[in-house]
Amino acid sequence: MRQFIEYDIIRYTATVFRYLVIEGITPMRKIYIKEEVCIGCGLCEVYCQLQHSSVRDLIKTFKKRLPRPLPRVRVETKGNVSFSVRCRNCDEPACAYACLTGAITRNPETRMITVDEEKCIGCCTCMMVCPLGAIKQDKEHKKMLKCDFCHGEEIPACVANCPNEALFCLELDDALTDVKMRIPSPVSQAV
Amino acid sequence: MKKTERIKYLIIGNSAGGIGAAEAIREVDKNGTIIIVSDEPYPAYSRPLISDYLSGKRSIEKMNYRPFDFYEKNSISTILGEKVNRVDFKNNTVTFSNGHILTWEKLLIATGGTPIVPPMDGKEARGVFTFTTLGDARAIDEYLNQKTGANAVVIGGGLIGVSVTESLLKRGVKVSIIEMKDRVLNIILDEITSAMEDKAIRASGAEIITGHTVTKINSNSRGEVESVTLDDGKTIPCSIVIISIGIRPRLELVQNSEIKINRGIVVNMHMETSIPNVYACGDAAEAYDFIYRENRLTPIWPNAYLGGRIAGLNMSGKTAEYPGGTALNAIKYFGVYIVSAGMAASPDSTYEEVVANGESSYKKLILKEGFITGMVFSGDVDRAGIIYNLMKDRLYVNSFKNDLVTENFGLLSLPEKIWRNRLATSPLESDSSKSSVSPC
Ligand SMILES: Cc1cc2nc3c(=O)[nH]c(=O)nc-3n(C[C@H](O)[C@H](O)[C@H](O)COP(=O)(O)OP(=O)(O)OC[C@H]3O[C@@H](n4cnc5c(N)ncnc54)[C@H](O)[C@@H]3O)c2cc1C
Repeated sequence: MRQFIEYDIIRYTATVFRYLVIEGITPMRKIYIKEEVCIGCGLCEVYCQLQHSSVRDLIKTFKKRLPRPLPRVRVETKGNVSFSVRCRNCDEPACAYACLTGAITRNPETRMITVDEEKCIGCCTCMMVCPLGAIKQDKEHKKMLKCDFCHGEEIPACVANCPNEALFCLELDDALTDVKMRIPSPVSQAV
Repeated sequence: MKKTERIKYLIIGNSAGGIGAAEAIREVDKNGTIIIVSDEPYPAYSRPLISDYLSGKRSIEKMNYRPFDFYEKNSISTILGEKVNRVDFKNNTVTFSNGHILTWEKLLIATGGTPIVPPMDGKEARGVFTFTTLGDARAIDEYLNQKTGANAVVIGGGLIGVSVTESLLKRGVKVSIIEMKDRVLNIILDEITSAMEDKAIRASGAEIITGHTVTKINSNSRGEVESVTLDDGKTIPCSIVIISIGIRPRLELVQNSEIKINRGIVVNMHMETSIPNVYACGDAAEAYDFIYRENRLTPIWPNAYLGGRIAGLNMSGKTAEYPGGTALNAIKYFGVYIVSAGMAASPDSTYEEVVANGESSYKKLILKEGFITGMVFSGDVDRAGIIYNLMKDRLYVNSFKNDLVTENFGLLSLPEKIWRNRLATSPLESDSSKSSVSPC
């Protein structure tokens, strides 16, 4: 099992390196899922909704301020398999390429794919091309919604509130130390 | 001989395709000169938003496709409001309508489409418009501002016709749509979803006449439109006519050249035309369609941008392949949400249809030999992208096709190998398909 985790980190780090070398910019953090400990409780969805509510109170968010804000993560469960899905900020973002209005772009600093709500017309073209189905339509406001990493929060709400640590965040430094500690050579090879 | 500056990258067309190319070039080549040319006088704007402009919902500033400092920040020069009259593919030059000449090293033809205007008596009358540019929308706006109680005839009930109808109704203009075929949006929708739109359009107050066409536009003594005559002799009084029967590639620059043209400019997987160093994309080009598995016209915004991007990467020295595009539409006219991609209707009985007709949603897949070739969803359209990508990647879905149209469909409706692949940043090799940690 460990071996596969390493494989992933190496690949991730290699990608990050490529950006660093070519463009000299800050690499982004990503949220990882450990599907073998996810029990599909749905708290990531709940806390995502709370995070995107105008009030920071669970009861008010869920009972008093209707309609509830929509979650930007989605928990899927089948048998004993479950995980939560959100935008993973693809290297080649089909959504941004497809966006009719220029609302979806990559933020050059954070490397995150962001939706400019002013420009978004909620047409769903981005949703149609997303391989994860990670962009949702907010029919009420005629806007498209996706994970925004809780707007620069150190630890996104879904990660912070996952009771089983089935979600975790990885940054370049962590990934690097991790990889360097255990496997010194593949990184440079990958670059 | 007159010496002209040599431009490294010359792009004709300042829209989805042109911008896609320029952005890609700047990822690879930070310094090479880029000039984008357009006969439209505006910075790149979102063409589909011209209907919001006409309805009064959006100002010109709010239609900009990129931030105001986009060109400056990326060191892209523009020549706007100038038409290219001629391209010389032997000497690598373009000649502008004002006589200026530029020399290029790499050329992208992203000239888009032009509205089809059939030969029709009276089409020169004042008050007859097409609807594909911001200029068109502004001209219609001005014309309508001089009228009170206007009523419009929209010729053609396709995407552009329905789009302009919605804008006109919002302005209080009465509209009659004249559609030659038996239903509106007949190219991008199937019968069931066409009927949904038909109902919504009529409920909003527009009239739809199918199975007929306009043969003549009649004008008054001031030369302004006053009615149209249909093929059955019936006349419909109107003060404005919008011709929206379709668009075709804008090919005036290549028509008499040695460049290979079919219905559009034929390009290979690198978006390069039959002439080396000359690329084409978007509505002007005929690029690979992954459903029909041949080159076809697929005049939609996402394909123009992606085609432009691939062209740009190749123009600047990278090797990139166009993964192919296909028809893809997400519409929300009159509050009805419908998405469709690939084929909207089965071409013949060798195709299979998987349909789920729920209370508030309708989902249809078209399959051939276990592969998806088309989809039409309405109502519950969330996660439709998962299916679109199965179609795009040509994955064999026969054993789980029925799960794809269920209500709680998701990644876990797919075989494990596929969902694991989707959750990883890049395709996993088969042996690591058991990886338990996926960035998402
Ligand atoms: C009303 C409307 C609604 C639409 N809605 C949708 C939608 O919902 N979804 C979707 O995917 N697509 C939609 N489309 C289609 C989409 O806008 C086009 O597919 C897209 O704009 C194609 O981009 P392009 O870069 O190929 O060319 P275009 O956008 O057509 O741009 C080409 C540019 O090149 C310029 N040009 C051409 N020849 C010359 C020359 N000789 N000299 C100088 N300049 C020249 C033109 O003036 C134009 O500015 C819509 C189109 C319209 C009109």
